[in-house]
Amino acid sequence: MSNNRVSRRQFLSYTIMGVGGFMASSLVLPMVRFAVDPALQVEGDSDFIVTDQLVSELTEEPIRVSFSYEQQDAWYTSEVTNDAWVYKAGDEIIALSPVCKHLGCTVQWEGSADFPNQFFCPCHNGRYEKNGNNIPGTPPLGPLDQFVVEVRDGYLALGEVKPNFIVS
Amino acid sequence: MLNKLYDWVDERLDITPIWRDIADHEVPEHVNPAHHFSAFVYCFGGLTFFVTVIQILSGMFLTMYYVPDVENAWNSVYYLQNEVAFGEIVRGMHHWGASLVIVMIFLHTLRVFFTGSYKKPRELNWMVGVMLFGVILGLGFTGYLLPWDMKALFATKVGIEIAASVPVIGEYIKILLAGDDTILGAQTLTRFFAIHVFFLPAALLGLMGAHFIMIRKQGISGPL
Ligand code: HEM
Ligand code: FES
Repeated sequence: MSNNRVSRRQFLSYTIMGVGGFMASSLVLPMVRFAVDPALQVEGDSDFIVTDQLVSELTEEPIRVSFSYEQQDAWYTSEVTNDAWVYKAGDEIIALSPVCKHLGCTVQWEGSADFPNQFFCPCHNGRYEKNGNNIPGTPPLGPLDQFVVEVRDGYLALGEVKPNFIVS
Repeated sequence: MLNKLYDWVDERLDITPIWRDIADHEVPEHVNPAHHFSAFVYCFGGLTFFVTVIQILSGMFLTMYYVPDVENAWNSVYYLQNEVAFGEIVRGMHHWGASLVIVMIFLHTLRVFFTGSYKKPRELNWMVGVMLFGVILGLGFTGYLLPWDMKALFATKVGIEIAASVPVIGEYIKILLAGDDTILGAQTLTRFFAIHVFFLPAALLGLMGAHFIMIRKQGISGPL
């Protein structure tokens, strides 16, 4: 302590830096927290959305089921329509997300005449099998996401979108 | 660590003389509150600058959420104030700072007036100062419309009518400000937004640059 004396000049410069740093951060930190808020918002659980699709009319052939919901986007509320590809595998109802796992375009069942019995993405010719598994050698790196489904009064209800849980 | 980084850059670019030239200047005794407490009046220029920096920073952050559109402006302000973390603080900084910057620039102007600092050779800096005053009042006027609530709307109506009372060209000033000859609406809001966040801040920065260069060139005015 005594052989390492703090000079008057050092003391002043540390105090000024300390106080100045405190004042500067009390100005800047609220603004930074304000700016990064979207990354820190917690997402609520998504509810099931009941579609107009009668479960009894589903077959083994994937069909496009559209569903609408009210989307709350900060100060802007709007009615948004999304799709799911839905079919029956035995008793089970499979509902796949149409969002391509390459770069997010929309896939179609038998979207290309050259590839029957497959989902096809027109953006970079990505392809998937009926269970959503991506076909090796095409751009997508994983299988199509899958909706959690429920049956409500005979109608199809779609829940949360999860990573594909039927492809093993 | 920081010292090493500084030395690394300095060795290559010789930056020491650059900042020395900006930072090392004499603070005469008559403007130093440590010698005469009444010299605190010389701080108002610096305080004006400080609050202006806060206005520019908080304003930049507000534009991350604000939309200049009649349908959404009020809702976006409501959202940023009540739903975004620290929104009340950031909007509060801008809201109170807007009044504070005008108080500060006014006190600074009084100091310059009563110390006679506007006299030769500093006439040009007085003129730049008057323009700065105008720009800051303009920022206050155009910013006030942006929250798009009733107070904003009627304050701007009154302001535009005052501008319209100018002889001969009044009507044109009104149309140019409002963007329409009768409606104070969609086009007024986008115009005021553009003026508030682009045109006047650009003018403000340019004028402040001129103000400070002249101060460095002429030094602070002498004691009374
Ligand atoms: C000396 C400089 C400035 C002054 C005096 C000023 C003044 C004002 C005022 C009086 C308001 C209304 C605030 C309220 O009633 O809550 C406002 C709003 C606003 N200002 Fe500024 N402003 C300045 C600089 C800036 C800058 C540089 C920007 C952006 C780059 C900016 C962006 C905004 C925005 C987005 C709003 C609307 C949000 C709100 O009303 O809270 N301002 N300003
Ligand atoms: S986005 Fe679907 S293949 Fe590229």
